[in-house]
Amino acid sequence: MSYRLENTQQGEKYTTIFSRITPAQRRHRSARSRWRANCLLGVYLILMILPIYWLINMSLQTNSEILGSMTLWPQNLTFDNYIRIFTNSSWYMGYVNSMLYVAMNMLITICVALPAAYAFSRFTFIGDKHLFFWLLTNLMAPPAVFLLPYFQLYYSVGLFDTHIAVALAHCLFNIPLAIWILEGFMSSVPREIDETAYIDGYSFPRFFVKIFIPMIRSGIGVTLFFLFMFSWVELLLARTLTATNAQPIGMIMTRTSTASGIDWGTLAAAGVLTIIPGILVVYFVRNHIAKGFALGRT
Amino acid sequence: MNNKVSNNRAWLLVLPMLVLVAFSAIIPLMTVVNYSVQDVLGPNASFFTGTEWFKSMLNDSALQAAFVRQIAFSLVILAIQIPLGIGIALIMPKRGWQASAVLILITLPLLIPWNVVGSIWQIFTRGDIGLMGWGLRELGIDYNITRHSGDAWVTIVLMDVWHWTPLVAMLCYSGLRSIPEAYYQAARIDRASKWAVFRYIQLPKLTNVLVIAVLLRFMHSFMIYAEPFVLTGGGPGSSTTFLSQALTTMAVGQQDLGPSAAFSLIYFLVILLVSWVFYTTIMHMQKDKPPQGGA
Repeated sequence: MSYRLENTQQGEKYTTIFSRITPAQRRHRSARSRWRANCLLGVYLILMILPIYWLINMSLQTNSEILGSMTLWPQNLTFDNYIRIFTNSSWYMGYVNSMLYVAMNMLITICVALPAAYAFSRFTFIGDKHLFFWLLTNLMAPPAVFLLPYFQLYYSVGLFDTHIAVALAHCLFNIPLAIWILEGFMSSVPREIDETAYIDGYSFPRFFVKIFIPMIRSGIGVTLFFLFMFSWVELLLARTLTATNAQPIGMIMTRTSTASGIDWGTLAAAGVLTIIPGILVVYFVRNHIAKGFALGRT
Repeated sequence: MNNKVSNNRAWLLVLPMLVLVAFSAIIPLMTVVNYSVQDVLGPNASFFTGTEWFKSMLNDSALQAAFVRQIAFSLVILAIQIPLGIGIALIMPKRGWQASAVLILITLPLLIPWNVVGSIWQIFTRGDIGLMGWGLRELGIDYNITRHSGDAWVTIVLMDVWHWTPLVAMLCYSGLRSIPEAYYQAARIDRASKWAVFRYIQLPKLTNVLVIAVLLRFMHSFMIYAEPFVLTGGGPGSSTTFLSQALTTMAVGQQDLGPSAAFSLIYFLVILLVSWVFYTTIMHMQKDKPPQGGA
């Protein structure tokens, strides 16, 4: 770039006051840089998809084909691995169990987190800052720390190997997370709305359900997405608190390694099936997810 | 929001949450504290040991090694993921169906159960059936994660970058989207270079989300368990045994209640301390600077 001030007598050369690049060149350049950005993004996406593609590829092959030769795509396509999972109740019950405790956790968490987040976003009360900080420390607690105490606690109250045990255990990190996200969304709703509603004669519960919750529904959607995400992917606690009746799919997958070797095809198919719920959930919140990732604070 | 009303009845709104979190946080934590100062020999036979377990844990050389490994791992992945995430966020399309498609694709790794992430990479890097392991072998590179600790490390870092860079990218992307178009127009009028736009407009606006990103990434990487456990099982030897795995081996595998409880508390406190120090430092730095406008 150059900032010389000659050539100003002709309007035509106006752009050269500031830079030697003509508008046409500039457009050309920005098109080229856009193209380069798209290429880089494409390379990243391909590298990212590659391990997942490989899993899908393997899930559509027979074990003999997987072990026999290196094939970049299935030579003789087979759905046997998927059929095996869908026809065996000990397999598909793993998915049902996982879904059940995730759904329970989402329900419990959102029910208690909504009023709590409202309290944090609207009121000051004794110990509010300390309480909020304490909540966030629970996000930082390594699940490994709570492994043994959880086992003993849920065993002693008779909840061991039930879905509700896992759902409650996941509340440890999901409730603080939900409050954190919801508080951000709620704080962006002006207080005047609350006051107007009270003047109009709304009681608090009616206002909360009829007016406030619809106003932050995208925030609730995003929160549910995060709750799903962290409950779905967690295995350490879910595995520890269950034995047979509520075993998550992640644990059942380990059954594929037997004395006669690992059943790679079924393992891959089971893995692919664990990815699908995530895709569905992210599809529903795709328009709000960008704001949600900043925890409602942008 | 500065116009909050002081109202102690708000505790009633917080109460249900408090009961639940207390049930899943305070009772177990108290159990851990209880164990950490006792030597449990049987159901009714235990005696008070004071700080003995804490001392022996802090002097345990295997744990010290795991701790150093853990810190090295967290620093490495932060150094890779934060710049990479910012870079990806900058080149992501901002509107249209491409934006939605890229968004969904990029979020994908975050929604895969952690042990499945381990399985995916275990399959992917195997020399006989995995694309990456097979490809590297064909290229003549002696790549074997069960034998060479260097390979295992590179693979775990790669796996974590694959798994968690999307989170950083998504955070930065949402931060970038909140920058008003007027800022860019002003920059165009000033003929600001791309670097100047990044350095003086985008980066300052990203500070908030980057603080969240670094905190979340640090916390999660410090607790990493399932992925390396499935991928390498902590080996070869103990070269990829991180803190969580060392702890579960001790607590569940060997049933050493006292020492593992003491270790748990130290572990938890380290995460708390680092997060707190980081957070307060950043907040102080921001206070010293002139306000950047609403973010």
